[in-house]
Amino acid sequence: MTSAALTNGHVIRTRALTKRYGELRAVDDVNLEVGTGDVYGFLGANGSGKTTTVRMLLGLVLPTSGEAEVLGMAMPNARRRVLPHVGSLVESPAAYPHLSGRANLALLDATGSDRSRRSERRIKIGKALEQVGLDPADRRPVRTYSQGMRQRLGLAAALMRQPKLLILDEPSNGLDPQGIQEIRRLLLQLNAEGTTIFLSSHLLAEIEQMCTNVGVLRDGRLILQEQLETLLRPTGLVAVRTPDIERCTELLDAVVASVTDDRLLVRADSPGSLNAYLVGEGVRVDEIGPYRRTLEEIVLEAEARA
Amino acid sequence: MIVVELIKMICRPRTWLIIGMLIALPTLVAILLSITDLGPRPGTGPPFLSAVLNDGTLFPLAALGVVLPLLLPIAVAVLGGDAIAGESQTGTLRYLLVRPVGRTHLLLAKLVTVVAFVLLAVLVVAGVSYAEGRLLLGQAPATGTVSLSGSSLTQQELSWRTALALGYVIICMLGVAAVALFFSTLTRSAIGAALGTIGVLVASTVLLGLDAAEALHPFLPTRYWLAFVDLFRDPILWRDVVRGLLVQLGYLTVFTLAAWANFGTKDIDD
Repeated sequence: MTSAALTNGHVIRTRALTKRYGELRAVDDVNLEVGTGDVYGFLGANGSGKTTTVRMLLGLVLPTSGEAEVLGMAMPNARRRVLPHVGSLVESPAAYPHLSGRANLALLDATGSDRSRRSERRIKIGKALEQVGLDPADRRPVRTYSQGMRQRLGLAAALMRQPKLLILDEPSNGLDPQGIQEIRRLLLQLNAEGTTIFLSSHLLAEIEQMCTNVGVLRDGRLILQEQLETLLRPTGLVAVRTPDIERCTELLDAVVASVTDDRLLVRADSPGSLNAYLVGEGVRVDEIGPYRRTLEEIVLEAEARA
Repeated sequence: MIVVELIKMICRPRTWLIIGMLIALPTLVAILLSITDLGPRPGTGPPFLSAVLNDGTLFPLAALGVVLPLLLPIAVAVLGGDAIAGESQTGTLRYLLVRPVGRTHLLLAKLVTVVAFVLLAVLVVAGVSYAEGRLLLGQAPATGTVSLSGSSLTQQELSWRTALALGYVIICMLGVAAVALFFSTLTRSAIGAALGTIGVLVASTVLLGLDAAEALHPFLPTRYWLAFVDLFRDPILWRDVVRGLLVQLGYLTVFTLAAWANFGTKDIDD
């Protein structure tokens, strides 16, 4: 079944995906493209339609119009064949509070038609719990878990089947900074082993640190979708920070792109030779280097356009 | 999937708590009867209660007559109401569906689980109350148990009629389970679904007491619940039992289909 998914290179593809609740267009004409092996960051404010999109990809919510393809097959019709290969965390983790984490994973595994054998299951569960940093010998009921532990248990449930695609909605919710780092490392390792990851988040920094691709959702519309590398590539501008801002502007007049309080953006190929020139002219330079935009600036710009 | 649901039900402390409560009432009744020896006058009060003073082997039926009008339906409403709404409340519903478990399959598993619970509860109540009847109340007369019509029944006859009565009670509860399951797909609140179901049963009971609603009586879910008593007449009075079966099967079909239609295309966005 992988052949179909691999030939077109897309793990997720939607065409004009739309969900309306009455007048409200929660998701509006969205065309997502997630390639095999990507770490796709799905950004958007709370209420921008991220979760509804994720739910449509998983067949929990039915689209009003448009199509969604996951692993090369149409959702929700092919859910029976698609979902066994998808691990997911939707909005928040959930477990039966009176059972242990281990018992919860065992029940979840046993409900599917692709359930594993008893002996195999024990090993798989132990491995998944270890991966996310939970103690496989812990017999306490989930009721006593902290939010961070619940989040880890939810991730363990998603990882247990060694899915080809992970769809994770806000995976770092409730984790402390160290936990966030551990999970990030785990996800990157899984990605290196071939798992495609679709990560939705409202945290720019999280996306910037681990994603290869970015999609930005705003009021249900996809306003930006691009490789992170392309977005963050050098702009051909050099940023110069100097106390002699007027003198500097005069000297470089023809190539100045913009001026702020103490910073100039200059169209120049080499910061080094520009620096030598300015110093030769007696301009004091505090800081000079190629100018790159941050993801935050890019997203704000895209939102302003939209 | 069905097996997993059954295990979940059996392993849940709540299941046994409810069954414990179902046993508690008949036990109390048995103790009171054995101490005071005061049965209701024949023809009044719950069925069989006046007969058990002389014949303890009839106590399982009396116990069912005690729990059937109120306690058992409430237990079924609570479990059935929890079936989908409870999973929705804990958030586990979405993880079951992306496992993936088919929605129809899930509904079916939940319905079977409620039936299994009723079976378990009825058997436990019958078993415990049989023991109580033998220990606390009168022994069966040597001539055999006396039927409601006055003739005597052999042990064998009594056994299969009892089995038939248990089966009838289970089917009555199936109707309740289907209504509860339907409400359970409508809401995220397990308690809301249970209360809605109990509301239907209360309304049915109220209408049964109202002569003006006489035209509706044959279609009310609680109308024929106690018809299992007729199985102990000689000869058996089939009319109400058969009507009861038809009414319950009607409720079962209509509400199961409604639950299926609603849940099959519902957006899961809790």
